[in-house]
Amino acid sequence: MKKLSRQIIFYSALIGVWALLAKLHVWPPYLFPPPWGVGEALWAGFQDHSFWIGIAVTMKRMFIGYSLSVVLGMILGLGVGSYKFLEDTLGGLLVSLQSLPSICWIPLAVLWFGLTEKAILFVVLMGSLLSVTIAMEDGRKQMPKIYALAGRNLGAKGFRLFWSVLLPASLPFIVSGLKQGFAFGWRSLIQAEMIFLSLGLGQLLMMGRDLNDMSQVIAVMILIIILGFIIDGLVFRTMERKLQERWGLVPA
Amino acid sequence: MSTSPHNAYPAPVPPDHRGVVRGNVLRGKPVSSVAVLPMRPGTAANVVPKVALDGISLSYKTNSKGRLVALENISLQVQPGEFLCIVGPSGCGKSTLLHLIAGLHQPTSGQVSVDGKVVSGPGTDRILIFQELGLFPWLTVGQNVEFGMKMKNISKAEREEKIQYYLRLVHLSKFRDSFTHQLSGGMRQRVALARALATEPDVLLMDEPFAALDAQTRDLLHDELERIWAETGRTIIFVTHNVREAVRLGDRVALMTFRPGRVKQEFPIHLPRPRHIEETDVARTAREILDCLREEINKSLEVEYADEKAK
Repeated sequence: MKKLSRQIIFYSALIGVWALLAKLHVWPPYLFPPPWGVGEALWAGFQDHSFWIGIAVTMKRMFIGYSLSVVLGMILGLGVGSYKFLEDTLGGLLVSLQSLPSICWIPLAVLWFGLTEKAILFVVLMGSLLSVTIAMEDGRKQMPKIYALAGRNLGAKGFRLFWSVLLPASLPFIVSGLKQGFAFGWRSLIQAEMIFLSLGLGQLLMMGRDLNDMSQVIAVMILIIILGFIIDGLVFRTMERKLQERWGLVPA
Repeated sequence: MSTSPHNAYPAPVPPDHRGVVRGNVLRGKPVSSVAVLPMRPGTAANVVPKVALDGISLSYKTNSKGRLVALENISLQVQPGEFLCIVGPSGCGKSTLLHLIAGLHQPTSGQVSVDGKVVSGPGTDRILIFQELGLFPWLTVGQNVEFGMKMKNISKAEREEKIQYYLRLVHLSKFRDSFTHQLSGGMRQRVALARALATEPDVLLMDEPFAALDAQTRDLLHDELERIWAETGRTIIFVTHNVREAVRLGDRVALMTFRPGRVKQEFPIHLPRPRHIEETDVARTAREILDCLREEINKSLEVEYADEKAK
């Protein structure tokens, strides 16, 4: 309760200062719109469905791109974590690729795939893939060996060993990596959407700029923050809580 | 469900010292009236041994010293339904030997066979209960017990029936939906036992399963293990460093040497069952074995201290 009331006071104060500055006309309103201006933009955006469509399109891309990167990242990570040869070769490459900001993949993606959905998905994939892979590799190494042995001993092998033993056993060690991968993917997606006509939130943001509509720009920014926050809370916090419940303590 | 593999074997020498009657409660069907066990190796030479180790050696590369011979030329035979205990100083390769029988590793030379067939990998006819148990924390107690059966593609209905049966056998029916971290050490131990038994292996391999438990819990589990062994008729190979525990439980105790691990001597245990760990007969027999073991422990300590000095 104490935490909640603190948060309420903090955010009210923040909006209060914002309103005051807008009221005092420190900066012209087309550069520094008041909170109610942004509120109106949000309302209007939802009224004419452009925000709904933006959210739906963006979320769909995020879902597909992230799912792809989780599947691929786990396979890669498991491989690199299990075989010394892959670790020495591919492992190093993956780490060095991580120093490349994912927005750098956009020119390549556009040349390869054109201004298409595929290009955007590719950028999301590249944004989150490395985090997921490296997390999975770490998870595979940190995971107590006993689980794999026990699983094999009880007759699990191949894909079933991975699905029923290796994956759940490494989950506590990779959940933070999955979360980081999501955050990176989310950023890459919005960036990619800003580049060309794509219907997503990124494009709505750029449209605000093109129309010189600062209220819309801020409204979309708030939307992006809230969406990211909700997914984090809903998906990843729940996952972490579940893990805590089951394992007793989170080992990671 | 098959009642018992022991029917297939001719009745070996009927031992008169066996207190526990191996009648059976497994779903009310008698397992076998002839499931009495050969107490000494060699008394039933015409019987195919359940587990046969034939000249097993294992060595591996170490970082500095070249090759370490962990096990050297181990030959052992375990009869169907026998309870064999293996004792030895820590580091003698007892656990490794169990891993080899389980098929989790391959020996450098020699072979393990079960029912006359050479072991080439893990199989659900031999289930190992690890020292660390390796219960799956992401599964409930019931799901842990179910795991091996799922891997064997046993039908849902049959799995359900067996989960109930084996949880009752280890007195954990009430904890079916608990997670393993919510249980005490002794309870976790029993979950591991139920999980292993539920796949209905012919051979149960146990790696110092009670080492980390307090004395009371351990005594209790000794009684339960003896009872379950009598009820299910499994062959058990039980590794421990506790000689009294070995004498308390085993039909036979094999003593291993320290590096390289060899079988130094075998001691048939002729004490009547049920036994208790504090009985004088158990203590006296343990004493004999312990004298023999002491030499090996001294050797292991010398090596350890030498290692320390070298640092």
